[in-house]
Amino acid sequence: MLTRLPDFSLSPRIDQVGVEERASRFTKRSIKKESKLNGLMLVLNMIDLTTLEGKDTDGKVKQLCYKAVHLHDTYPGLPTVAAVCVYPSMVKIAKRAVGDSGVKIASVATAFPSGQAPKDVKIRDTKYAVNEGADEVDMVISRGKFHAGEYNYVFDEIAAIKEACGHARLKVILETGELGTFDKVRRASDIAMYAGADFIKTSTGKIQPAATMPVTLVMLEAIRDFYYETGRMIGMKPAGGISKSKLALHYLVMVKEVLGDDWLSNEWFRFGASSLANDVLMQIVKEKTGTYQAANYFSVD
Amino acid sequence: MPKTITKKKNNTIKLKFDTSWQYAPAPESKSAATINKQYDLFINDEWVKPAGGKYFDTINPANEEKLSEIAEANAADVDKAVNAARKAYEKVWKRMPAKERAKYIFRIARMIQEKARELAIIESLDGGKPIRESRDFDVPTAANHFFYYAGWADKLEYAFPNRTTEPLGVAGQIIPWNFPLLMAAWKIAPAIATGNTVVLKPAETTSLTALKLAEIIQESGLPPGVVNIVTGAGATGAAIVNHPDINKIAFTGSTDVGKIIQRAIAGTDKKVTLELGGKAANIIFEDAPLDQAVEGVVNGIYFNQGHVCCAGSRLYVQESVAKKVIRKLQDRLESLIVGDPLDKNTDIGAINSKQQLETIHKYIRIGKEEGAEMYESSCPLPGKGYWCRPTLFTNVAQSNRIAQEEIFGPVLSILTFRTDDEVIEKANNSPYGLSAGVWTDKGSKIFNMTKRMRAGVVWANTFNKFDPSSPFGGYKESGFGREGGLHGLLPYLNLIN
Repeated sequence: MLTRLPDFSLSPRIDQVGVEERASRFTKRSIKKESKLNGLMLVLNMIDLTTLEGKDTDGKVKQLCYKAVHLHDTYPGLPTVAAVCVYPSMVKIAKRAVGDSGVKIASVATAFPSGQAPKDVKIRDTKYAVNEGADEVDMVISRGKFHAGEYNYVFDEIAAIKEACGHARLKVILETGELGTFDKVRRASDIAMYAGADFIKTSTGKIQPAATMPVTLVMLEAIRDFYYETGRMIGMKPAGGISKSKLALHYLVMVKEVLGDDWLSNEWFRFGASSLANDVLMQIVKEKTGTYQAANYFSVD
Repeated sequence: MPKTITKKKNNTIKLKFDTSWQYAPAPESKSAATINKQYDLFINDEWVKPAGGKYFDTINPANEEKLSEIAEANAADVDKAVNAARKAYEKVWKRMPAKERAKYIFRIARMIQEKARELAIIESLDGGKPIRESRDFDVPTAANHFFYYAGWADKLEYAFPNRTTEPLGVAGQIIPWNFPLLMAAWKIAPAIATGNTVVLKPAETTSLTALKLAEIIQESGLPPGVVNIVTGAGATGAAIVNHPDINKIAFTGSTDVGKIIQRAIAGTDKKVTLELGGKAANIIFEDAPLDQAVEGVVNGIYFNQGHVCCAGSRLYVQESVAKKVIRKLQDRLESLIVGDPLDKNTDIGAINSKQQLETIHKYIRIGKEEGAEMYESSCPLPGKGYWCRPTLFTNVAQSNRIAQEEIFGPVLSILTFRTDDEVIEKANNSPYGLSAGVWTDKGSKIFNMTKRMRAGVVWANTFNKFDPSSPFGGYKESGFGREGGLHGLLPYLNLIN
């Protein structure tokens, strides 16, 4: 059990050159044959299929949910994706659309993507999503407050949202593209985990750069240190910018070699991505048949 | 937890291999490399049978299978090679305009790049190092050394302003088995760029890439006799060292042999540079970026199975973070893949020779007897060949032999310290002084430490980084003279007026 909180201003320092070098080392692993196929199946099963647009409609969300459950029915034995990620107003429709397939519904909340709203509005936003049936809530931290050094505010806000989530699992988006340094990514990760995050997540997808291997590595190492300190497993979700199978496999290698096999399931690792699934499907079919099919054979939703 | 889910559709897949996701073998193809059944000596641009008619086997340390037979040069062969080098020096090479010399060296560099894949495969087959390292480090860095010194060949007046330079003559060069091709490049490139000619002897367990380099040199059209490569063991090396017509000895290898060489050439006018052993201190302060430091420590000691003279084999950790660092190191050890050097996923390959494996085992035994606590990776080892798990010792004292003597294997000794002064004293408390590492977030501390460390190379927040433009060499019993960079030109030149 956690007895006292650490001083977040003393979070471990990160050396950028070293992190980038280590991250590139994972990309040197050669993933072939059955390990490639197994890895790709796992990737599919870890995807949070996402639509977060101002122009989202019931129709769009329903179609995406069908895709989530039926990735490529001409190829039997495929898993579903892990979850569908939508705005709070779309939770109910999405929940109904995935039915009892086991696919979870994740909802962004807390004035996503900027997070620039008062705390009570954010709490209401969260409660609304959960009441509509969200299994998971993806919140954003208050980056402005974080940069201003108000770590207690950021901490308390995450804790309050966690409370509002009830049974829903909480993913905390750090928006690493706005944090500026790995030192700050590490500090924000520590704050989020100690405040009650079930997952930490890199990005909203609205800011560049989004997920990168180095920034994900920094967060995975924070998760490992937290696990050692408290015995609690925290999940990781890189989001935005991962659209190719090969890159997704590099991420899996990184998870395996930093956190071990226990994290290699969608309970502990997710990809926030919308176009990754089709590239993975294309690779899986290629592994099976030996030839690449044209992109038109894979449904666009 | 989610409330509404009653029936699951294949939603949590389990992986094969007992829930763990393993990497399938990804071996580099041996067929991309050509190895002859037998290699002769490369003298005066020709392949010459050894005078004694003797050949010795070279084996693959990963499976103990014979790869080829290598000629054993005796004193008569060495004499022939030195004569060829002398003739080439007097008649051709020293008279050739420097920019013409450079053209040949640039050509050799490019040909190394063209044959990079083959060279990497042979380096891994013959020496046991993982293909990832020979492909990404040894071969490209070797090519870079030729490029770099080719560039200096016609610019020596800028390297030594207001001085006139003159080459030394014939250089006898003896190189070790840990980086066979790279060490050949370190030795040959500056020597011939400055106008010397060369007789080079590779180590007897790893002659193949040097002989491949001889093929490249032959193809490049380098004038006959400028580079001669004679193979053999200690006796061949002694014949080079003792040859009266050699002007310069460049040796990389053990401190013991370095001392023998120094004795042998005492009283002669031969110049010498020695790059010898090391027991580098790698120092982690409590404010260091620990995860990156751990990675640096792993690269520092387990790179090339620890067969690195500048390996960070003594780790000093500030006591307040020692537990954390050791735990992270142990975790990292578990993710290192030990096995087939030709597999692209291998992190740690085979120990270079049976003899070296015995040395490493001897030190592991000593470490245990001295009361240090041993931890080794739980990875399985192949049945045939020479293998050693990545190993670390905790609870090591300065007076332990595993903290004083060079093991030259994947074995790390971990010591703790409290203050800056204490760690500097301990780090410098070694007959060696080749390299050191400092890990801290504080810039001023880096400069303070690096100034007071008695080591030729000090890395800060990184380790085992090499570049042709950066000089390398030791203090104390780690040798003298510098290789690489501007400094690497001087050991091959006389500065006159």
